[in-house]
Amino acid sequence: MIHCGIDVGSRSIKLVFVEEAATGLAVRARHILFPGELDLADAATQAYTDGLSATGIDAAQVATVMATGAFRKLVDCADDDVTEVSSAARGAAFVCPVARTVIEVGAEEVRVVKNDAAGHALDFSANDKCASGAGSFAESMARALQLSLADFGAAAMRSTTVIPMNARCTVFAESEVVSLIHAATPVEDIARSVIDALAGRVAAMARRIGGDGATDAVLIGGMVNNPAFVRALRESPGVGCLHLPEFPEYVGALGAALIAAERNRSHEHA
Amino acid sequence: MTTRYPTQPLQCWRKAKELRAQYYRDYAMAKEQGGIRWAGSAWAFDAIPAGLGRDVHSLTGEPYAAAIAHEPKFNLECQNAVETAGFSRDLCSYMRSYWGSLTLDKYLFGGAFPKPDFNFQTAICCSHGKWYQHAAQLEGTPVRFIDVSVGPYKNLNEERLMYVTNQCLESIEWMEQVTGRKFDDALFIEAVQNEMHATALWAEICALNKVRPAPLDEKTMFSLYVLATLSKSSRWCVDFYQECRDEVRDRVARGIAAVGNERCRIISDTQPPWGFLDLFRYLEEFGAVSVGSLYTFGLQGIWETKADGSWGPRTTPMELGLSMNTREEVMRLYCDWNLSKPQWQHFYDPSLKSEMMKTIVREWNVDGVILHLNRGCEGLSLGIMENRLALAEAGIPVMTYEGNMGDEREFDYARTKNRIDSFMEILGLRRDFVRA
Repeated sequence: MIHCGIDVGSRSIKLVFVEEAATGLAVRARHILFPGELDLADAATQAYTDGLSATGIDAAQVATVMATGAFRKLVDCADDDVTEVSSAARGAAFVCPVARTVIEVGAEEVRVVKNDAAGHALDFSANDKCASGAGSFAESMARALQLSLADFGAAAMRSTTVIPMNARCTVFAESEVVSLIHAATPVEDIARSVIDALAGRVAAMARRIGGDGATDAVLIGGMVNNPAFVRALRESPGVGCLHLPEFPEYVGALGAALIAAERNRSHEHA
Repeated sequence: MTTRYPTQPLQCWRKAKELRAQYYRDYAMAKEQGGIRWAGSAWAFDAIPAGLGRDVHSLTGEPYAAAIAHEPKFNLECQNAVETAGFSRDLCSYMRSYWGSLTLDKYLFGGAFPKPDFNFQTAICCSHGKWYQHAAQLEGTPVRFIDVSVGPYKNLNEERLMYVTNQCLESIEWMEQVTGRKFDDALFIEAVQNEMHATALWAEICALNKVRPAPLDEKTMFSLYVLATLSKSSRWCVDFYQECRDEVRDRVARGIAAVGNERCRIISDTQPPWGFLDLFRYLEEFGAVSVGSLYTFGLQGIWETKADGSWGPRTTPMELGLSMNTREEVMRLYCDWNLSKPQWQHFYDPSLKSEMMKTIVREWNVDGVILHLNRGCEGLSLGIMENRLALAEAGIPVMTYEGNMGDEREFDYARTKNRIDSFMEILGLRRDFVRA
């Protein structure tokens, strides 16, 4: 029996299919779509259809579709939905069973979740209306430096100078970046400064939820692919041992698929 | 929807609404009948002006500003007027709404802003002081402040108590001067006793919510507690709370629930975003009922720790048989009563609030706490993250959201609902129904 988790975020739609195997639930396939339009309901349907086609799974084989993500309520093909907090907690426990703190940096929201061994969320924190610390902050800063996101992280890794950035707000940070450009500061150092500031904000949230770093943490979401961010987060006080999973962008969708399977099982037993 | 308990509307709710409307009408019409108008916060010592006569009417600033917050178009007009006058958007949103209404010379309930004869205010936070100082300048009216910054009640001594009492006694002479009226001690003593009755009764009503199912939900309680914020020293306020207490007692006896599908009990914190009270109805879709908050219980309710260690309404000096015959002895008891107000305690130390919240969680059988990081109130938001930490360390599930009690431009409705969804999942709740 196959279950699908579909994570509809503001930048991308991720799908994970899991199936019952002899050893328990296992990932069967993954799929991602970057919607080019604002109609995310249509995009989610398209992503599901594409996902089935790309992975060779027949729709009839899928017992449950569970939506998650900021736009989870828009997914017509979903049987049910679950919040990003629960799906992150469940997915993270699957990919990194030792971690009790989940750090997720999404495009618009950064959230930290404390979970238990079974993947149940116990506590969480997320940025409020301020985008600072979220992925869109990194995008905005990369744009100011006229770098792609990939080059932005790579540039920061080449920096040998630490420049503390005072601003926490995206708007003020951008103006600080402009000042550094005017001061002929090397791009590498500016990139590092921005990423260090971003990591500092995420680490503060992690400390608030995860405690003093005594527990292992797992980082999920696209920022795992930014080596400078990972380095800065690891060097931040109180973060503890930071694990990086394979396929970090898919952990939310994976969590939704696993919850779908569990709910399906409990319905069968009910 | 899974109904677990019988439920029925609260009979006295409509009367509460009528009394509130009458209060605002009485204030507006006071001058036509030769009466006196005064303005101050809901925390002002309002039994003192009551000594000037039975035709004295007040306009308390916070509930007036909260009423403005219910009217988004007028609220925005007020905020724009204040910002145009050069005031910053991060100031107290109640203060801004009030100043806006004054600057525009528009009363929310119709007509021009009815200027008071004088302003009389306590100064527990900086905004409370600045609020009426500036209002008085705009109006050209006299203003008097009572400094209540004498530390938490647990540390109150005779010297501190008399510091506040003497200011209050001096304010009587000042009121006589600015109004030309002779102060009537009998009216004052009657008003003090009314206030003690009313605020103890409100605490008694809140204490009835300890039972499961809760006879009251917090959204309804907002419509009830507001009467004490308007005129806690009036006879009509006492009469209403007696009627309300009797009805709530009856609901408890018959097992009548505020929320028929109650499965989970939460408490909130500080003023809610007044324009978005349907968030409390949203909780009910999950079977979660907000049974109150330190704010709803302790902004006006006066409490004490009973012999068995539980929290209950404070025993009044009248019940204790204390002498209440002279202006001086009554004023001293009155100040002592007010200085024990729960919501004044945490201005001095957030740990005092954390302890009170943990008491409420324990005694009201609460499953989780929703904290409002209220950007509109510097006073009541003070130390909320400290409270969060203390609650989390005590193993109590807690959620925060950011908003503003009186400025909807600082509130993200969709994101807040999404956060509530997550919190409900953490509490193991799924939606029973979707409200149309």
